[in-house]
Amino acid sequence: MLRLLGTVAVILLALTACSVPAGTGSTSAGRTFVVATSGEPDTLNPILGYGSDGASLIFDGLVARDAGNTLVPALAAELPAVSADGRTVTAKLRTGATFHDGRPLTAADVVFTYTAVLDPAVDSTLRSDLDMLTAVTAPDPSTVVFTLKYAYAPFLQRLTLGIVPAAALRDQDVNRAAFNRAPIGTGPYRVTSWTPGDRLVLAANESWWGGRPANSGVIVAFVADDNGRAQRARAGEFDAVELAPRLATAFPGFSVHKVPTADYRGVMLPMNHPVTGDAAIRRALDAAVDRQAMVTGVLGGAGDPAYGPVPPTSPFHVTTEPAPVDLDAAGWIAGTDGIRVRNGQRAAFALMYPATDSLRKELALAVTADARKAGIEIRPEGLTWEAIEPRMGDDALIMGWGTPYDPDFLSYKLFGSRFAGQGFFNPGGYRSAVVDRALQAGRDDADPEKRKAAYATFQRQLATDAPWVFLTYLQHTYVVRDDVAGVTPRVEAHEHDVANSLWWNIHTWTRR
Amino acid sequence: MIRVVRRRLAVAVPVLFATSIGMFLLGAASPIDPAMQYAGAAAFSMSEENLQQIRDNWGVDDPLPVQYLRWLGNLVQGDLGWSTSRHQAVTEVIADRAGWTLLLIGITLAVVLTGSLLAGTLAAHRRGGLFDRGVRAAAYAVESMPVFWLALGAIAVFALALGWFPAGGLTGVRATSTSFPDVAHHLVLPVTVLAISQAPWFVLFVRDAVAESLREDHVLAARARGLAGRTVLFGHALRTALLPFLTLVGTHLPELVGGSVLVETVFSLPGLGAVSVQAALGGDFPLLAAITLVTTAVVLTANLLTDLAYTAADPRVRIDG
Repeated sequence: MLRLLGTVAVILLALTACSVPAGTGSTSAGRTFVVATSGEPDTLNPILGYGSDGASLIFDGLVARDAGNTLVPALAAELPAVSADGRTVTAKLRTGATFHDGRPLTAADVVFTYTAVLDPAVDSTLRSDLDMLTAVTAPDPSTVVFTLKYAYAPFLQRLTLGIVPAAALRDQDVNRAAFNRAPIGTGPYRVTSWTPGDRLVLAANESWWGGRPANSGVIVAFVADDNGRAQRARAGEFDAVELAPRLATAFPGFSVHKVPTADYRGVMLPMNHPVTGDAAIRRALDAAVDRQAMVTGVLGGAGDPAYGPVPPTSPFHVTTEPAPVDLDAAGWIAGTDGIRVRNGQRAAFALMYPATDSLRKELALAVTADARKAGIEIRPEGLTWEAIEPRMGDDALIMGWGTPYDPDFLSYKLFGSRFAGQGFFNPGGYRSAVVDRALQAGRDDADPEKRKAAYATFQRQLATDAPWVFLTYLQHTYVVRDDVAGVTPRVEAHEHDVANSLWWNIHTWTRR
Repeated sequence: MIRVVRRRLAVAVPVLFATSIGMFLLGAASPIDPAMQYAGAAAFSMSEENLQQIRDNWGVDDPLPVQYLRWLGNLVQGDLGWSTSRHQAVTEVIADRAGWTLLLIGITLAVVLTGSLLAGTLAAHRRGGLFDRGVRAAAYAVESMPVFWLALGAIAVFALALGWFPAGGLTGVRATSTSFPDVAHHLVLPVTVLAISQAPWFVLFVRDAVAESLREDHVLAARARGLAGRTVLFGHALRTALLPFLTLVGTHLPELVGGSVLVETVFSLPGLGAVSVQAALGGDFPLLAAITLVTTAVVLTANLLTDLAYTAADPRVRIDG
């Protein structure tokens, strides 16, 4: 027994002794960038939802977005042409683009990609985004024609989806193909290896149509635990790392980048509740919340006040400012405890939030405190989504959405009366003929000026009716090594993991 | 002996059946919608029709007995099913990750056993002495610390302040291959943290058991015969105390597995811990059922081995299966 113990002890000592810190200073390491995120994709197949908004590093869409989120041609030679009736979109493919396995890109690959998304047997989460699409055809090997059910102005924004090689997936079960873990794309990097739960290793695609990447590769480390990621960042393991605002602090050799997003948080107010159904209460609440205090106090400065669903960074944004409301004149008179009452109805309601989301919880508490000052009583309730869903039509809820790309994307379903009470679309049952008309006009008409006017009407009407009290836009915070050159933050969507993070243009990054 | 093993196997089959049925019933009672979990953030902007197509593809709305029989049929053919949270065959998920978890638990168990036997015996040797009091105080202190807190503390001190060990991961983040020294270097902190967090039970148990047996007649007799102090302590007293210790190891194994989940999370090790949590939160019943079955099988085997070791260690003990 003793001898056995001795042997074990010796082995353990040996394990400790032979440990040599892994070197990171070699020249080949200097040309590879290491980034870290918590968001590990479940799959690397664009058909199943990987990097659907582009910047996926491994794939290219027909179009891509530049630093200002403006569409630029990618696999398409120029921006696809939209017919006069808006129902036919024609894309000419770039010549000379090849997949990582050397096969040339053809129109058949594009047709295969979009057809697979539309196939009900494929477990794609993107199908409802392409509701308007009837057919995709390839009249010749370098032309793709999309036929739409109805004119859809922002359709080109949906063409950022990565194109997969038809030859690698045809006649296979797309849901379970080996391709999903070892994909082949046309993008600036090809996949060397993916160890789930650990890291994704990418090597530069020397023959990328966009030119050789400025570095030799990228390693994406997946560290789900926030504190673990912060500590490993401090140990100097990463060149760029996404961190929660309270953990993102500068330390020697590293600095913080705060990136604006279109990801907003707000209070959804149900229309058939006796208190929140009253426009005066909603507007009073809209005026009563101290958004700047929430940005400073709850978000630690990593955010911006929100007044509507179109972010200030969007060309469609118009400024609206909630005006103070005289609740006494509206019949809501303060009672002895300071809470207002009208016709025996106390100005009180429940505010739900997902209990696991500490940010939404803190926002709910801040709203509760601000409402109290206006004489409105809020009871915050932390629940699971399963408990929240059946109550959404009757009780207020802290919700969050947001995409920087087009105002149609979420707002059409979120505020359109057609979608009232349909799951997470417009759960409060908001109905406004003005908003419906504006949202439809923004979708039907391709003319940018008319669209701008339509969304201006939409935002002003929303500010008047206040079906939501918008609180804040979040900022994503990253810590980046100081010797990295080429970091170009752009407005981000809610989802940012391997694709669409601060490293959206990592193929141009170099070391100083 | 063979008769015992055979009889245990006969019991194990219904236990595994009952476990799998229990899993399915729990799954049916759970309000989690696997399709919504699968879609992630997209679930909030997807149409209900789109979600329903995915549910239909998976057959998760089929009646429970249908789902169970389908799962059982595939299991008999060696197919554990498809993990909806990992988008991978369940067998692949387990094959990729179980090795790392077993390695972590295996090394930790070896460290805990060695360390606690040594420390416990020495503490019992001079009861009330400085070492004894120190060990007991440390054991109570550690017992009251959550393991993730210990882990973060260890990272702060040994990875950040001193820079001796990496703060997480299985290999250096730039490593091109999985080399033994690199993995060993990365496992030092997780193993130490997990071992320390599990040690108090074992140390205190060994200390009490040895202290008890030091007062027993055969130990006193050995001492009276003039045997060396060390021979009496390790050869006689510790030996008597070892038997109940075996049982403790057997019953404590599940707790060790629980601790490894947390340690794997903090040190970002790609073991089974993280995927089990993900499977549970994501309503991924094929993966959850497989992990539960494997764990049940491991616990049953551990119990069997404990009993067999018992008979080997103490000729007075005979088990009738």
